[in-house]
Amino acid sequence: MGQTIAEKILERHLIDDAERVEPGRVVRAKVDFILFNDANGPVAFRHFANMGGTKVAVPDKVGLVCDHFAPAPSAAGAHMLRDMRSFARDKGIKHFFDVGKGGIEHTLIPEMGLIGPGDLVAGGDSHTGTAGAYNAFGTGMSWAGMAAIMMIDETWFRVPESMRFHLHGKKAPYVTGKDVILKCLQDLGVDGALYRSMEFGGPGIAEFNIDERMGICNMVVEAGGKTGIVEADEQTEAWAKATCKRPYTLTNADADAEYYSRHDYDLSKMVPMVAKPYSPDNVVPVSEIKPGVKLDQVYMGNCANGTISDLRQIASVLKGRKVSKWTRVMIVPATQKIYRQAMAEGLIDQFIEAGAAVSTPTCGACFGGHNGALDDGEVAFATINRNFKGRAGHAGAQVYLGNSYVAAASAIAGEIIDPAKL
Amino acid sequence: MIYKGNVQKLGDSVDTDGMIAGRYLSILNPAELAKHIFEETIPDFARRVKPGDMIVAGKNFGCGSGREQAPFGLKALGISCIVATSFSRTFYRMAIDLGLPMVVSPEVAAAASQGQNIEVDTETGEVKLDGKSYKAEPLPKFIQEIIDMGGITDWVKKEVAARAKAAA
Repeated sequence: MGQTIAEKILERHLIDDAERVEPGRVVRAKVDFILFNDANGPVAFRHFANMGGTKVAVPDKVGLVCDHFAPAPSAAGAHMLRDMRSFARDKGIKHFFDVGKGGIEHTLIPEMGLIGPGDLVAGGDSHTGTAGAYNAFGTGMSWAGMAAIMMIDETWFRVPESMRFHLHGKKAPYVTGKDVILKCLQDLGVDGALYRSMEFGGPGIAEFNIDERMGICNMVVEAGGKTGIVEADEQTEAWAKATCKRPYTLTNADADAEYYSRHDYDLSKMVPMVAKPYSPDNVVPVSEIKPGVKLDQVYMGNCANGTISDLRQIASVLKGRKVSKWTRVMIVPATQKIYRQAMAEGLIDQFIEAGAAVSTPTCGACFGGHNGALDDGEVAFATINRNFKGRAGHAGAQVYLGNSYVAAASAIAGEIIDPAKL
Repeated sequence: MIYKGNVQKLGDSVDTDGMIAGRYLSILNPAELAKHIFEETIPDFARRVKPGDMIVAGKNFGCGSGREQAPFGLKALGISCIVATSFSRTFYRMAIDLGLPMVVSPEVAAAASQGQNIEVDTETGEVKLDGKSYKAEPLPKFIQEIIDMGGITDWVKKEVAARAKAAA
């Protein structure tokens, strides 16, 4: 019987080759990389110490990225960052990225070539599935479980059932990877992929560059998915050849692989989508948003939508225009490298000229921590991945989610609009 | 193991952003965290929970952000066990690793109401609501073992000691 991408990747990482990788079974495996940020790292380090940990089993498998309380919004936040530095120094962690030297973890780690096709990646952050854009199996894990990996260099996984999403057709203007995943969320709901692997393939995948594939995989967890993986194609291979610092294995499903379900999406019929408050599955086409949703804030950026592709999309809309007087607009490039690239292309200057605030890479406002949090009663449009009550600041704030084109157009209009109508 | 308490009833897809707001994620003290559980989404929750109480919820409990402060804060508040139709996978694993049992039972989720007496036997899967019996999924043996040790910390210590012994 054939295997899905998730099954193949798990099988290659088994500790005991005799174990069978079948959905529902629990298998022991070694992961290629474990990823901590400053919200989960300091907690995991405490578990590690409580477990009696002194030496990390394989220090080079560990990535430590300061992105949540970065730059520190308070003394408590500064303490989290200090814990990261101490652990990196004491345990000899080479892949440590401080403020100003990295960016947002899920964009940064592949950019650095630290993960690649066929890898098994565990992260303390729920959006670790973003690695699927690079044909890797990424999944969010318990923080104590992550500490355990640092102790014994192994962990267990329940083998997920897989769902196949077959994409075909040519995408329409203003449609991005974000719309693919928002459409999936509309169809599946927030638990429609619970415990499963969402696998994206078909000729339509070529319509999305590697950045936009991040936008797709970033939100599989919003449907409950354990992971989301894009099948490998020429773009994946070209990226891996140019970027990966470790050996990689392009991994695709067998033709006779067994799926929990199959889904077919014609990209030519897809339109920009918007998730309304208070759930990422409360999705409608942007054309169905009634006129007059006035915006206090537009936020563009997150762990998958602060890419250079997103910044170019934003610039294509903002060019020569000004953002609305009563709407504050924030743009957050995901990494220092992307920030520089955007400067070299003149994008940052365009953003500032349009009246937007451009910030150093941070997860701040996306999780309601700082750097753009919302007050009671405020309404925002954001390219982030969640809009639950209380996500982005006060529980009385409302957040609409969508792609970078819709966000930029809405920033100019001061209300949610279809970029085609700008 | 048998757990006894009263039902704190919640709905479907209760998310972790609502359980503990992002701005509190730098709080590491359990008692301090417990004060902010459901602070803006269910303002009276932290006040009404008594030690030993159990949450009974619908599907996809603990969805959204994977933040250990959510199960850790609930445990610190005195929640002894959570019964739900289904759980978000990161929340489930985080709670188990902290020694907080997670029991799957659509039947109990449908029948329970706020304040009822509840008794959960995680080994047999029997749940009693005000004395009336319902079925839940027993905890898998491996998970029960972690719960019995109070979480994954002691389990790892045992594993490390066993490996050291085998190597010697």
